[in-house]
This record gives sequence, structure tokens and C-alpha cells, in this order.
Amino acid sequence: MLEFLLVMVAAATVVLVVSAPFRRAAADGAGGTDTQDDRSTTEVAELEAAREAKYREIRDAELDHRTGKLSDEDFRSLDNSLRAEAISILKALDRARES
Amino acid sequence: MATVGRALLILGLAVAVYGLAASLYGARTGRRAWVDSGRRSMYAIAGLMTFAFLILEVAFLRSDFSYNIVASASSTTTPTAYKAAAVWSTQQGSLLLWVFLLSLWSSLALFLTRRRVREIAPYATAILLGFCSFFTLLTILFANPFSTTANPPAEGAGLDPLLRHTTMMIHPPMVYTGYTMLTIPFAFALGALITGRLNSEWIQVTRRFALAAWLALGIGVLLGARWSYTELGWGGYWAWDPVENAALMPWLLVTAFLHSIMIQEKRGMLKVWNVSLILATGTMAIVGTFLVRSGILSSIHAFVSDPTLNISFVVLIAVMVISSVGLVTYRRVELRSESQLDSLLSREAVFLLQNLVLVALTAVIFWLTFFPLISEAVTGTEQSIGPPAFRPFVVPLALVIVLLSGIGPIIAWRRVTVANLRRSFAFPAAVAFLTLVVLLTLASGVDTHVFALMMFCFGAFTLAAVGQEFWRGVRARRAMTHEAAPIALISLVRRNRRRYGGYTVHAGLAVLLIGVAGSSSFQHSRYATMKPGQSANIGGYNIRYVKATASPSAQKITFGAVLDVTKGGHHVTTLHTTYGLYPSQDASLGVVGRFFNSGSVESRIGLHAGLFRDIWTVVNVGNVAPLQSYITKGDQLFAGAMAAVQKAPAAEQQSRLNSLYVLRDQLIGELTRRFITHPWPVQFLLIVSPLVTWLWLGGIIVAFGGLIALWPIPVLARRRVRSAAYAARLARELA
Repeated sequence: MLEFLLVMVAAATVVLVVSAPFRRAAADGAGGTDTQDDRSTTEVAELEAAREAKYREIRDAELDHRTGKLSDEDFRSLDNSLRAEAISILKALDRARES
Repeated sequence: MATVGRALLILGLAVAVYGLAASLYGARTGRRAWVDSGRRSMYAIAGLMTFAFLILEVAFLRSDFSYNIVASASSTTTPTAYKAAAVWSTQQGSLLLWVFLLSLWSSLALFLTRRRVREIAPYATAILLGFCSFFTLLTILFANPFSTTANPPAEGAGLDPLLRHTTMMIHPPMVYTGYTMLTIPFAFALGALITGRLNSEWIQVTRRFALAAWLALGIGVLLGARWSYTELGWGGYWAWDPVENAALMPWLLVTAFLHSIMIQEKRGMLKVWNVSLILATGTMAIVGTFLVRSGILSSIHAFVSDPTLNISFVVLIAVMVISSVGLVTYRRVELRSESQLDSLLSREAVFLLQNLVLVALTAVIFWLTFFPLISEAVTGTEQSIGPPAFRPFVVPLALVIVLLSGIGPIIAWRRVTVANLRRSFAFPAAVAFLTLVVLLTLASGVDTHVFALMMFCFGAFTLAAVGQEFWRGVRARRAMTHEAAPIALISLVRRNRRRYGGYTVHAGLAVLLIGVAGSSSFQHSRYATMKPGQSANIGGYNIRYVKATASPSAQKITFGAVLDVTKGGHHVTTLHTTYGLYPSQDASLGVVGRFFNSGSVESRIGLHAGLFRDIWTVVNVGNVAPLQSYITKGDQLFAGAMAAVQKAPAAEQQSRLNSLYVLRDQLIGELTRRFITHPWPVQFLLIVSPLVTWLWLGGIIVAFGGLIALWPIPVLARRRVRSAAYAARLARELA
């Protein structure tokens, strides 16, 4: 009997966990499709990740330059383009946050 | 509770199949709820498998012999810690551990990526759930850990003596963690190919899991080597056994991947190469699992061959290979490089060469590992090959890898200039040259081992290169911040964990391979048969067999030897090595004979480990011929006595049996002590081996470097600066 109860509890918990998104979608009235909020949150998360990656690239390039693995000419060109890309990401991030 | 365990497996399979379908449906229709439900299926499976695994652990800890695998792999006398580890010593238990770890790591990966790579994630979820379905189905149909018997035995067979070792409690879970984590980047790479989202996004998302898999697999391999060195009684740490190779191959491939993705992230190059590498790595992880499970190749680590399991694995591997090749071919246009190699003398070129060498090394190991099978398929006769076949290929490739480990961190991106060469290479090259001169001048016999000498010099080059990089980084940091050197070092590493973690790994690898070169090239090894009082010379040391030891117990009979090691008349160390005999459950060996002739043995080595030299000894008391006449006589007497007991009235039988068991234990005790009172000559394996400790130290440094690289980068302050001056904001956030 105890074994049967344990299995039933496990099965009920699984159903609750797996069906939660449908219940939430029904409560939101979104019908299970992406909401604008979902898309914005995801976009911000992706842009933040892109920003972190770009910052890392800029720092890497600076360290490579300081330790002699990037010539002055290569560093200037690389740093300018990386910073331009980073600024684009920052602008997009602000736009995404505002929306 | 076995019924609950079986039900949980079935429930897990049902949830995995549902989740797979839900993820695919959600991805195709854009219905987020279905995608989320699919992802949550993985969380649910992780919960179910944790519950199932706990039930099995409790069965082992309680010595519940109604579970067939508990009866076959544990006993009441097995120490508690080994009872817990005995779960994965069986085919069934280890498959459950696989599914448990797969669901756990997949859940973590899917949770961390739930707001990222939205197009790719549902397909990756479906693929990971596909793996879960496959392995859960195997446990249900062919290797059910919850199968029970109505008539459980009073005592179990016990854990294999060779597995009663501390490292064996950690080694399998670490290797399985590595294997299961490798399926995560595999799944995301396939997802990226399916959706056509082939920029660096999927790499950024899964790089950490590839690195964690690399670390876990590396630690697992190293622990396996340590187990081999201290437990198996042959004195080596690597035998090129198929199962050892199975763990090494994906580790080599993921090492290549972790380097080549840097080129894609920085230059948009090597997209086909990267995606192919990680797909090959994921496939090799399953091939490794298959090799352990199938027993198709002769290995002391493999489980018994099971044709049904084998066919299932071959089908899975075929599906993985075909889908990988098909998708890479289909996406070949989108996978074109965004830029080209500027110069063959550049960091990009060195990374590419290092990748080629690692892949070539993997290909050689793969070919030689599977050669017995290939030869059997072609000629009809299985030709076995041993370690000597590997050396001509592996040694030169390992030399190149160490040299590139030193060149990689110091060579310039894009193209090398004369200034870069002078500035970065002068010091490491001078250190390597100095090492060569010192070794040729001071170390006798080193000039005859060219490969070892090259490894020492290349290792010195790499250590100097890495040291120079740390020093230059600290100097650059101090110039900016005026911090004290130790603070600057910590700040430097904290802010550039991936880079300096990687450099630390390179240094560790150099130390490790110096240890391998030294210990394999300059090892002294000999067998000696001695009685107490006799001695043998090896590698400048005198090893004297001082006295024999013996101790009988309910678990095992232990014979041993105390050895005194001297050099030039001076005492160096005293070693104690033992040889344990575990009793067999096979009654046909005789009441007494089953304690001495079971064949279930373990060796405990006598080891004096030093920074520059290990003195390694093991005694083999497998020959119990001097006791055999007493054993045979004892068996005859006890067989007669047992027969008499069975004819006695039922009420008296148990007390008479107990009296007989007391007498038997006394006899076993007396026979065991004859090893002390009437010692007979026994065989010793004596090894004097330099630099073995460097191997373990190198491994620890590699793992430490891996942890530094894996540790999360501090999150930048997420400020919402409203200034129009984005450039100023950028400068502030980077500062």
C-alpha cells in the first residue's frame, strides 16, 4: 500500500511539474504562445550575454596588447571595432529594456 | 521498495518520451508552453531518477539481498563506504547512475539556458530527452537494477576486491559525469545545425559544460591511473586498456574543441571544424560508454558482454553519426568561415596545429583500440596488441602537444613579428636550452633517451612560457593599478579566469608529461623471490625482506611482508606490502580450501613516494602450495564432519555446525600463521621509478587550472546608465 502511495505521489508531482506552463499560460490568457514579456525578457538576457562576451573580448585584446601578443596597429584596429560592436549591443540593450 | 523503483523507471521513460514530443511540437509551432513543459520534463526525470537511485543505495546499505545486484556485488562484511560505491560496480547500477547523472546535468544546463538560445534550446531538450529515453529503456528491458528474488541468500558474494579502493568510489561517477555532460554541447550543436543558428551563441551557452565535462573526465582518468598504480599490483598507471582509452579519446577531442572555439569566437573561423569536433566528442562519449558496457574488447574494466545491449548501442551510435554528418553537410554553406588565416606563424595557426595533433592522437588511439576487432573482421583472427604498439605514435605526438602548450600562450594573434619573437620566445627558449645543458652535464644516462630528454626540455619551455605570461600580466596590472604583486596576481586571475586558468592547465600538463617521460624511461623493475632475511638490489637500492606478517579475519586472509630499504648502507624507509585472499562462495572448493584457493585476491603495495623517486613493492603469495596438504586434509575431515552433522537430529544440527565453524576458523588461523612460523619463499615485484609524483602533481595543477577557468566570471554591475556617451559608459564598465 505504501509503495502504491509513493508511486502515486511521484506521478502526481510529475504531472504538476510538467503541466505548470499550461496552467500559467491559461491564467495569463496567452494560449501557450510567446507573450511580448517573454520575448523581451529573453532578448534582454541574450543581449546581456552578448555584452559580457564582448567585454571579455575587449579585455582579452587589451591584455594581449600589453603582453606583446598584438601589435599596436592590430590592437588599434581590433579595439576600435570591438568597442563599436559593444556600443551597438549597449544601445540595443537599452532599447530592449525600455520596451 | 523494488516495485517503486521499477515504477519510477517506467514513469521516467514515459515522461522522457512525452517531453521529447512536447519539445519538438513546441519548437515547430512556436508554442512556448509546450517548450517549457518539455524542459520541465527533464527536471521531473531528474527527480524520479534521484528517488530511484536513493532506493538502490538504501538497498545496498541495508544489505537487502532480495535485490539480485545487491546479492551479487555486496555482502554484510563489505565496509559501509564500499557498499555505497558497489552500486556502480554492476552493469545495472552503473546504467542507472548514467541516467541519473544525465538527467541531473541536463536539467542544470536547461535551467541555466531557459532564457537564452530560444530557437536552439527546444531541439537540444528533445535530443537530451532522447538520450534519457534510450538509457532508461535499457535499464527497464535489459539491465533492471530493481529485479528481485523470492529466496534471497543469507550472504552476498561481496564487492570485487580490486574495487575496494578509495579512488574507485569517485572514479566512476567522475567519468560518467564527464560522459553525460558531453552530451549537452552535442545536443546544442545539433540544435544549432537544425535551426541554422550557427554563430557563436551555442558555443557561449555550452562552453562551460564542455569545460566541466573536460574537468570531470580528466579527474576520472587521473583517479583511474592512480587506482591502477596503487591497486592492480603491476606497478604501472596506464596500460592502454580499451576502457582507459575510451575515456581518454573524448577528453582529447574536447580539449581540442575548447581551444578551437576561441578562434571561432574571435575570428569567426573553424565553424565546420568546431561543430564537427563536438559532435565527434559526444559520439565518442557514447562509444566509451558502449565499450565499458559491451565487453566486446578484452578489458579488466568492462562488464560482461551482452549482445542485446550491444545492438542497442550500435544503433544509437549509428544514428548519432548519420545525423551529425548529414546535418553538417546540409549546413556547409552557412558554416563557411568569416575570415581567413593571416599567417602560418600566428596563434590561430598554432591552435589549428594543436587541434590537428590532438585529433591525430585520438585517431591513432581509436585505430589501435579497435584493431583487435578490425583484424578479426578482416582475417577471422583477433590480433591483440599491447602498449608497445601505441608508443611509436603517441610519444612524438605528445611531444608536439607539450611544445605547442608553451608556444600557444606567447605567440601573437594574426601574425608573428620579429619583435614578438624576441620579446616572447627568448626567455622560454633559454630555459629549455639551459635544461638541456644541465641534464646532459649532470644526469647520467639521459642522453640515450632522446624522447625523454626532448620532453624535459619542451616541458621546461612551457613552464617558462607560462611563468613569463603570469609575470607580464602582473606587471601590466601593477602598471595600471599600483597594487602589490600578490594582489595584482589575484586580481589578474580573477578578471581573466579563462585565460590564466588555461595557462595553469598548460603548466600542469607539462609537469604531468615530464613525470610520464621520466617514470617510463628511467624505471628500474625486477621480480625477486625471497625468504625473510634475503635481499635484492634494484636501481641503487637494497631491499631486504625483514619478516613475514599474517592475519586471518572473517573477511579475508592477509599475508604480508615487511621490507627494509637502504641505499649505500643508510636506511631509507620501511615498507609493508600485503596480499589478501577473499573467501569464495563456491562450496566445491572445500570448507577450508575456499578461503585459500578462491582466486579472489587483492594486493596492497608498499610505497615510498618522493618528489624525485618512488620505491614501489608488492608481494605475491598466490602460491599456497606449502599449505596445500593441510588444506586438503582439513577439507576431507570437515567434509566428513559435515556429513555426520546432517545425519544428526535436526535440533542439534545448528549447534554442531557452529562448533565446526569455530574449529574451522581455528584451523584457518593456524594455517595462516604458518606463513610467519614456517615462511616459504614468495615473489616480489620491485620497482624504482623517478618522477611519478610529478604525474600526480601535474594532474592536480591541471584540475586546479580547470577549476579557475570554470569558475563563473564576476557579473558586471548591471547599471542602466542613461548617458548618451556610450563610449564613456563602456570605458567605465570595462574599468
